[in-house]
Amino acid sequence: MEGPGAAMPRNRLAVAGARATTQAMLRNQPRGDVIRNAVFAGLLLLAVLIALAGLLALLIQAFAKGSSALSLDLFTNPPSTAFPERAGFRPAIIGSLELIAGVILFVIPVGIGAALYLEEYADSTKWWNRLVEVNIQNLAAVPSIIYGILGLAFIVRGPLDLGFILAAGSLTLALLVLPMVIIASREAIRAVPDSIRQGSLALGATQWQTIRRQILPASIPGIATGVILAVSRALGETAPLLLVGATVFVTFDPTPFSPDGYSAMPVQIFNYAVRPQEDFQALAAAGIIVMLVVLLAMNSFAIWLRNRYEQRW
Amino acid sequence: MATDESRAETGREAREAAAERAAIAVRPEFRSPSGGKKEKVFELNGVDVLYSGVTAVKGISLDIQRKDVTAMIGPSGCGKSTLLRCFNRMNDLIPGAEVRGELLYHGEDLYGPNVDPVQVRKLIGMVFQKPNPFPKSIYDNVAFGPRILGNKEGLEETVERALRRAALWDEVKDRLDDNAFGLSGGQQQRLCIARCIAVEPDTILMDEPCSALDPISTGKIEDLMIELKEEFSIVIVTHNMQQAARVSDRTAFLMVELDADEQNRWGRLVEYDETEKIFTNPADKRTEDYVSGKVG
Repeated sequence: MEGPGAAMPRNRLAVAGARATTQAMLRNQPRGDVIRNAVFAGLLLLAVLIALAGLLALLIQAFAKGSSALSLDLFTNPPSTAFPERAGFRPAIIGSLELIAGVILFVIPVGIGAALYLEEYADSTKWWNRLVEVNIQNLAAVPSIIYGILGLAFIVRGPLDLGFILAAGSLTLALLVLPMVIIASREAIRAVPDSIRQGSLALGATQWQTIRRQILPASIPGIATGVILAVSRALGETAPLLLVGATVFVTFDPTPFSPDGYSAMPVQIFNYAVRPQEDFQALAAAGIIVMLVVLLAMNSFAIWLRNRYEQRW
Repeated sequence: MATDESRAETGREAREAAAERAAIAVRPEFRSPSGGKKEKVFELNGVDVLYSGVTAVKGISLDIQRKDVTAMIGPSGCGKSTLLRCFNRMNDLIPGAEVRGELLYHGEDLYGPNVDPVQVRKLIGMVFQKPNPFPKSIYDNVAFGPRILGNKEGLEETVERALRRAALWDEVKDRLDDNAFGLSGGQQQRLCIARCIAVEPDTILMDEPCSALDPISTGKIEDLMIELKEEFSIVIVTHNMQQAARVSDRTAFLMVELDADEQNRWGRLVEYDETEKIFTNPADKRTEDYVSGKVG
């Protein structure tokens, strides 16, 4: 009775068997793999949480201590040694703004200029250019206090001999963040594909016209991101400023070239924080909140700028 | 004896096949009248190109005629792009590149001591393998060349004229301010051609301009080349033999040559003649093998 009818159940059986095998192969992941996967995912998540916990703890602590002292007076009142309820950050805020204004003025032309030279003009096959490149990477890793000593020896005293003025502090901070700006700008410039350079040069543009009209416009978002991050680093620096004359206690509005001294936000925060009175510590915490808000805003703006305007090739 | 005969046999077959293909491909109405002596744009006498001392192209001698489409064909690595980049001194941009021999442009030594490569590139434009529009609007792409040359008067008319001549105007006239990256690959390449002709060059070099494009876009660019040769001399490098047969008046065939111990390789000009002759009745066996598809 061999025929199609008799073959049917056997076929069905075979199909069912094959399906069961496939299902088993798809489902039975070895138990060891499942556990390992879970453990690694957990460890990686833990790493993220530790990183976030630091920021979170800082925010909670600063808000818990400083929210009582938060008021507009912080921005308008000068510091005081005796009356914490009237003390503020006005000279420090003005000092910090002037400091970063100087940093921006110095770092944009010099940083972009150096980056353009290294990317567009320097022959990277020559050993001295490679030496420059390696050393810029190294400079970015030098501790900031060393820059403070450099500023003291060469800018405040020494060859420039500017004295303990705000402009000297500004220049010191600018030198500190210059490698960051150069590195970020070089990356942005390098991201512009060679086909753009060639297309421009093939139309009879000079190298400068190509840089000015093609390379710079295409790399500005990346460069701006680097500059903002560098400035926010300069804004938070304390150590080098202590060496180049950021006086801790200043009750007047500082000016860039006055020899009377100047102050900056992180220095002023430090000054309030080391005092024994509770009220001054609350004031320090309030200053930390102000700085955190400003720095987070700047960094977020930098990230937004990069995502919004960066050219995708 | 027997082998010779069979080789001759396949050779003839190949020739006939190639002739048939060329007969379909070649459009006689676009051929320039043969016989009449044309002005020379480029004259090459024993040109060598070296990269960091290593020879890439050796001993090239040929004349390129005005208002012709001249094609350079050959297998990969035969140096046809390298040679093309000598014509507008783009090789100057590669560190270690060196051009030897004589390369005359309208009788002037292109590599002479007083020649400014920037000026050379204003006269001799280039279209690249991969469309490379600038990250700007369509209008600014075309206006870039005239602007850097300082021709700001009548810029709008110049842009429109260039886009019309590149057969792109109708497709982009309503969105001149849009970013050029939004165009299709074929449109981008025609934009690059428009950008090139907006500076009114004398010669246009094209380095495999259709290799990144689909057949329809390729057809449009080929039609464009045939129109553009009314005004410009065109030199095109192509991988595609049919393309050379379709658009060019004269064809140069280059090949890779090895030295005795097969350590070094360089490009060598095998044959240079009317395209019709190259594809139907080449003088050199190697050309014949290549155009008939036996090698390469």
